[in-house]
Amino acid sequence: MLILECPCCGVTGEETEFHGGGEAHLKRFGPGSADTDFENYLFMRENPKGVHLERWRHVNGCGKWFHVARCTVTLEIFGSYSAQTLEPPQEIKDAISAKRPGWSWRDFS
Amino acid sequence: MSDTVSALQGAAFEGIARVEEAGLRGMVTFRGDLTAAKVKTAVKAASGVAIPGQRGIAMSGEGGAAAATGAAAATGAAAATGAAWMSPDELLILVPHAEADAAVATLNDKLSGTHFMAENVSDARAVFTVTGGKAREVIGKLAPVDMGAFGQGEIRRTRFAQVPAALWMHGEEAFTIVCFRSVADYMFGLLRAAAQEGSEVGVY
Ligand SMILES: [Zn+2]
Repeated sequence: MLILECPCCGVTGEETEFHGGGEAHLKRFGPGSADTDFENYLFMRENPKGVHLERWRHVNGCGKWFHVARCTVTLEIFGSYSAQTLEPPQEIKDAISAKRPGWSWRDFS
Repeated sequence: MSDTVSALQGAAFEGIARVEEAGLRGMVTFRGDLTAAKVKTAVKAASGVAIPGQRGIAMSGEGGAAAATGAAAATGAAAATGAAWMSPDELLILVPHAEADAAVATLNDKLSGTHFMAENVSDARAVFTVTGGKAREVIGKLAPVDMGAFGQGEIRRTRFAQVPAALWMHGEEAFTIVCFRSVADYMFGLLRAAAQEGSEVGVY
């Protein structure tokens, strides 16, 4: 069971109050893009053992989307942050580094 | 106009707490920039209260003696007005049922030319009260909320078993729960089961 904090309404709730929205920070490749880019955008996902960045929605709550940094092994939450960003803010990166030195996830580390 | 009735027409159950369908409440969903001065003025005019802070609810005329149980509570609450913070850009405005359209009209009038939305959702909702010393126990069984830390002036949107709902306290050991009208019967069944005589867990 994950305990998540919604940065939009400040509620700390358990997993069933939220809904996972898949991998975070996907860059969209639409019509006219190269086939490989489009394929990567549609199908290729991280499946890490450890640090993972995801989108979540506070579905039984304020209804807003946000991002969560967590560990897929321990279910530890490193932090949650705004949906309106293309990469995790420095304090989230620092929080991950404090517990998982040398971590990396796609282009972030 | 047809005779408007609430979903369960005042169904009630008495167990370790009293569960009651609270009848018709006027509810207006408002979306807009809650920090804008114009919005603050308009919401005050429609609800009678200032916009509450994050997860806050401000009610006037809901507490006091009417916060007891039964018909008195229903009458007191039905006449109350106020506003609840639903999300960073959303409020639930509470007024007597017959005044919901007027509240929408007030908002439309005061916010003409502003980007916002106000909708009368009264008849899409069902309202329940759970009252008594074991009310926290009943709610704690159904919603993933720490009821030990829940107090007056706070609104919590969450789920009750499988349906979304919101709750707040309208008095000492007195809770109001709002859910969709389409799941009113399910909600009453949940609350009734959780309030069965002898079913207290003893956590709260
Ligand atoms: Zn939230």
